[in-house]
Amino acid sequence: MGAIRLEKVKKTFGTLDVIPGVDLDINDGEFVVFVGPSGCGKSTLLRLIAGLEDVTDGKILINGTDVANEAPAKRGLSMVFQSYALYPHMTVYNNIAFGLKMAGESKAVIDEKVQNAAKILNLTDYLERRPGALSGGQRQRVAIGRAIVRNPAAFLFDEPLSNLDAALRVNMRLEITGLHQELKTTMIYVTHDQVEAMTMADKIVVLQAGRVEQVGKPMELYNNPANKFVAGFIGSPKMNFLGGDYARKYDCHEVGIRPEHVAVSTESGDLPATVKIAEHLGAETYLHVNADGFGPMTVRATGEVPLGEHDKIWLTPERDRIHRFDANGIALGKL
Amino acid sequence: MSTRSSTLTGRIMSAPSIIALFLWMIVPLGMTIYFSFLRYNLLSPGMEEWVGTLNYEFFLTDPAFFASLANTLLLVGSVLVITVVGGVLLGLMLDQPIFGRGILRLLVIAPFFIMPTVNALVWKNLLMHPVSGMFAWIANSLGFQSIDWFSEAPLTAIIIMVSWQWLPFAVLILLTALQSLDRDQKEAAQMDGAGPVSIFFYITLPHLSRAITVVVLIETIFLLTVFAEIFVTTGGGPGLATTNIAFLVYTQALLQYDIGGASAGGIVAVVLANIVAIFLIRLIGKNLDR
Ligand SMILES: Nc1ncnc2c1ncn2[C@@H]1O[C@H](COP(=O)(O)OP(=O)(O)O)[C@@H](O)[C@H]1O
Ligand SMILES: [Mg+2]
Repeated sequence: MGAIRLEKVKKTFGTLDVIPGVDLDINDGEFVVFVGPSGCGKSTLLRLIAGLEDVTDGKILINGTDVANEAPAKRGLSMVFQSYALYPHMTVYNNIAFGLKMAGESKAVIDEKVQNAAKILNLTDYLERRPGALSGGQRQRVAIGRAIVRNPAAFLFDEPLSNLDAALRVNMRLEITGLHQELKTTMIYVTHDQVEAMTMADKIVVLQAGRVEQVGKPMELYNNPANKFVAGFIGSPKMNFLGGDYARKYDCHEVGIRPEHVAVSTESGDLPATVKIAEHLGAETYLHVNADGFGPMTVRATGEVPLGEHDKIWLTPERDRIHRFDANGIALGKL
Repeated sequence: MSTRSSTLTGRIMSAPSIIALFLWMIVPLGMTIYFSFLRYNLLSPGMEEWVGTLNYEFFLTDPAFFASLANTLLLVGSVLVITVVGGVLLGLMLDQPIFGRGILRLLVIAPFFIMPTVNALVWKNLLMHPVSGMFAWIANSLGFQSIDWFSEAPLTAIIIMVSWQWLPFAVLILLTALQSLDRDQKEAAQMDGAGPVSIFFYITLPHLSRAITVVVLIETIFLLTVFAEIFVTTGGGPGLATTNIAFLVYTQALLQYDIGGASAGGIVAVVLANIVAIFLIRLIGKNLDR
């Protein structure tokens, strides 16, 4: 059981207002991802929930009880740090067992739980090693093992994959998602990578400068971003924004067009453009073009497209996929 | 950068300094060994003659030798314990964000820059003097009898002085080590339910083991040869109460003008220092390998 609710949570460091006030509901068993650019306060918010920072104001409710003034260990949460924070002088076994030992569990219980966690995470052969003798992915697993054995109300992850190489990151992403399906425990996961957010989350919380910009399912954010910031942050490559005459045609200040929602033609279309760089990936082609009168845009065409530098093309956005924004960057709803 | 020719060049380039250093060490050592087999007394010049191991027999069977050996080990051991324990505690304190931390750090480090003779004089005349010292004044104002440190507890007095001198070194090394402790590790332990005491014993102390090893090894080298503090305050007395090996060699050489005997004592001291060094490296040196 791990339903978490934040009520008007505020955090200031001296005069620096890092979290001006966050309200958020996290349901039991949900996989929630906090995503936002670097320095937007994701880690701070997570550490407030963990109890590693004191809230300046507001309530943190875990299963209905306010824990804002409780010690971290009393909150029944487990955390996986970006640096893994393994205890370097202890074996893998003792690293995983440490929390249980502190809780005063018997040797037999500790052994059973540690062996069990090791089995889930494929660490059985490494239990007697020190963290220094493990690869990055294995250290990551030990950190997760340490979190699992305490049987927490919720797991907290702070950018756990950012120290791994690209291939391993994809693997661990799947493993963590699999772990969530198996354990069905609430997970809060912090990342600056919108791909991780989109692929793993049940619910994404987009943060900017300590404020919640939007909360929703991945596809909700993709299809109906509440504002320009969310629209630009979710989706890769980034959404194109066009103002001026083109926006006036749609009766708004600015329109947003995703690169994948533009048809490319060499004969006719809405917007004339010149190809500057074409990135051929086989399954798709990214065209970085210069739209006449509007400047640079990115277009994503499926499959192989025989285009290159200086080629003249025409772009036609899908009309019902166009996002409209007012002068403050707030979404106006589709046509 | 380590091709065969660059290695060779390196060797040739560093050879002069290595040879100079080697001579610097081997000539005095060789002469000392040679003298230790001679009857060589400055009071009877020109009478030097080969006496074999006689000097060693005299030095090693002298009751003063065993007394000073015991004093040396007691002095080294006590100062090590005091400085390491005190260094860890002070280091922990100075690592906290307390008011006036910068000034406090400076004050704690300061004794290390005071030369041993001055240190000894300050303690002897200003602090431990039975009549005009500050300790006597404190004891008297609390209604106690003042202690005449250098006659009632002379070795303790020396240990206190030397510890005061070496505490800053320990604090400096241990504080640096404490500052390199990953904050995440402490926080992970906190999440795991460890209180401050558990964090200290399970996280902080193991992290400090290397630094403690360094402190112990380096301090031992210097503490085996403590001399100035003894010379200035007690002169090795009363009796032999504060005579360590270094001081015994000095009394042999300069008070009895017995160069042969002093040389034998010096060689014995070298051998003892090596025994202690090997013992220490065996015992705790593995901490340095990680
Ligand atoms: N202990 C601290 N003292 C002062 N400022 C802090 C502290 N921790 C974080 N900050 C500031 O709070 C802001 C948010 O930091 P953080 O939560 O780490 O961002 P994120 O994890 O999203 O990259 C940053 O501007 C950072 O400089
Ligand atoms: Mg962060």
